[in-house]
Amino acid sequence: MTDIISDTPKAAIYQSDDFAARLRKRYAAERRFKMYGVVAIGVALGMLAILLTSIVGQGYTAFAQHDLALEVFFDPAEIDPQGSRDPAVISNANYGALARTALQAVFPEVEQRTDRRRLTSMISNGAAFELRQMVIDDPSLIGTRKQVRIPLASDYDQVLKGNIDRTLPETSRKVTDQQIAWVDKLVANGQIVNGFNWRLFANGDSRDPELAGLKAGLVGSLLTLMVTLGLAIPIGISAAVYLEEFAPKNKLTDLIEVNINNLAAVPSIVFGLLGLAVFLNAFNMPRSAPVVGGIVLALMTLPTIIIAGRAALKAVPPSIREAALGVGASPLQVVTHHVLPLAMPGILTGVIIGMAHALGETAPLLMIGMIAFIVDTPGGFGDASTVLPVQIFMWADSPERGFVERTSAAIMVLLAFLIGMNAIAVFLRKQFERRW
Amino acid sequence: MTAHTHTGTPTRSTGSLAAGIEARAATGALAGAGNKMDAKGVKVFYGAKQALKGIDLEIPDRQVTALIGPSGCGKSTFLRCLNRMNDTIGIARVEGLITLDGQDIYDREIDPVQLRARVGMVFQKPNPFPKSIYDNIAYGPRIHGLASGRDEMDEIVAKSLQRAGLWNEVKDRLKEPGTGLSGGQQQRLCIARAVAVSPEVILMDEPCSALDPIATAHVEELIDELRENYTIVIVTHNMQQAARVSQRTAFFHLGDMVEVGDTEDIFTNPRDERTQGYITGRYG
Ligand SMILES: Nc1ncnc2c1ncn2[C@@H]1O[C@H](COP(=O)(O)OP(=O)(O)OP(=O)(O)O)[C@@H](O)[C@H]1O
Ligand SMILES: [Mg+2]
Repeated sequence: MTDIISDTPKAAIYQSDDFAARLRKRYAAERRFKMYGVVAIGVALGMLAILLTSIVGQGYTAFAQHDLALEVFFDPAEIDPQGSRDPAVISNANYGALARTALQAVFPEVEQRTDRRRLTSMISNGAAFELRQMVIDDPSLIGTRKQVRIPLASDYDQVLKGNIDRTLPETSRKVTDQQIAWVDKLVANGQIVNGFNWRLFANGDSRDPELAGLKAGLVGSLLTLMVTLGLAIPIGISAAVYLEEFAPKNKLTDLIEVNINNLAAVPSIVFGLLGLAVFLNAFNMPRSAPVVGGIVLALMTLPTIIIAGRAALKAVPPSIREAALGVGASPLQVVTHHVLPLAMPGILTGVIIGMAHALGETAPLLMIGMIAFIVDTPGGFGDASTVLPVQIFMWADSPERGFVERTSAAIMVLLAFLIGMNAIAVFLRKQFERRW
Repeated sequence: MTAHTHTGTPTRSTGSLAAGIEARAATGALAGAGNKMDAKGVKVFYGAKQALKGIDLEIPDRQVTALIGPSGCGKSTFLRCLNRMNDTIGIARVEGLITLDGQDIYDREIDPVQLRARVGMVFQKPNPFPKSIYDNIAYGPRIHGLASGRDEMDEIVAKSLQRAGLWNEVKDRLKEPGTGLSGGQQQRLCIARAVAVSPEVILMDEPCSALDPIATAHVEELIDELRENYTIVIVTHNMQQAARVSQRTAFFHLGDMVEVGDTEDIFTNPRDERTQGYITGRYG
């Protein structure tokens, strides 16, 4: 029984030690590969955890804020000396004085002018606006005394949150020992209260950290994204369907395909320049407006959506198209009844990636003036507005201590926005997948 | 996107068809039975590669025509010419004349969508829609407006499934996806789907290749039954099946049609030795 003949079973080889060693090596290689994968994912998760803990650790305090709870006398002599109840008179009154009087009443022993000024600097500039708003909303307050909450200046809020270290020597911090003593007394009196920071969501931007809010940025982002979605999804999907299902395959469509792929790699700021040159300068569209931002971002995300859409359409087996054509469906029916529903999950993946990209984009928006200081919430697509990432950028640039935590909080809000948006898209994708 | 070149040269205009009919009338080949479809000099190119080299084939009305031949000889390609399915392949180019009821199906006036409703097809590989069993069948009738209500549609679905011999297996789960059926069940679903739109001609590309003998017998019964009203062209690798179900048989070889005739003649008395070799199993 010699083994010269080649087509005998190779039992001896497969049972040899040599073979067993080779097999062990193959398994070892597989184990190594799996280990690399686990390590890579572990490192990525670690980085993510570090990022999230640093952002959340720095930002969570911004969701609560200290307010002064003072008994304010809505002095008729100050607000409306003539008693005319004329709205113009009411809204021009000096409400800051009311707040200052209320605070000075708590500290009657402070009499020197400079000390008084230091004391009243604890009241935020926003107090006057909030008091005015209260009176405008309810003029019957005039002449009454009422316990109200008015914003505490950010530096004192930071002291109470421990972000400004009171153990430091007085000269190296912004707040004096005397002011800290006042704050402590107010806390002991129960005249400083801590509560949910609704101003973070109800206000627009402000120079004063305790008043600065995200509403303008949130609404601006929402409006901008609505424009982006409204343009990018229909145009992107139609372009993908046309190119993949209907367009003749020739040099021109090849050229278009190459250029779409190139556009996907163009730096986003170039789209901003395009927006500046075309929409602002040539078409005279409004500066800083969500409509322009939305168009620019739509242009930027279109290549992503088209490429993902085409890949998803290509992945639909040709046999489905043949089946539909075979029973007499028209080419458009084939696409709308069969191909598009099957490609929808893949298309939506492209949309999610594109939208996440658009939501976080800053550079092109800077070019079209969306880096404005926006206090008022934009009311429409043509109003001056900013977006969340630009707001974050501007806050991160601000020197005040109070903006540090607000920057992180804004990032958390942006991430929540993103997660919410993706959750909707993933839900939609699941809906479509169930139809298989 | 159609790659069909309708050359319109005198050689393949209606003039040549008339000449062909005259010629046949002269030999008496046309006596009695009208031809539902007629192919004249059909050539198909996939890019530079020629897959069919000029096929002449008459498909008589209300009869079963079987196409047999070795793998890759062009049977599917020919079948796909009959309902212009090759239009969908970018590189495919069809030349020659094919008529349905005497009308050139590659004529500009013929709408391929309408043509495919009249000439239905069961594909070589089962390709149910990823929808429910019910919707698989109902899709065609729905887009063509064949049913005027829910009840009528239910009836079409039930009848089509019964004809394809699938009804008993699926009647309790019409809402389940068609892709969840076994391979053979899927093929019968595709047959039911083709039958549901009541085409005049049904093209079947190896409809039984994935079926067990029982289901095969079902489908053959169905074909027999359909023959009363429909014209059927079937591609099969099963000689017994061709002999059982068809009235006429055409033998294809390397892009040529070698021989065509009454099934009995082809199987008992083939004229070409390639045909003989193939049907007796001596062909590789
Ligand atoms: N889409 C295509 N692109 C290029 N060549 C093709 C295409 N479809 C078929 N062909 C070629 O055309 C020739 C005929 O193919 P066809 O599918 O018609 O054969 P067939 O007779 O149906 O074979 P089988 O019995 O295996 O199904 C083959 O050589 C095949 O390679
Ligand atoms: Mg075939």
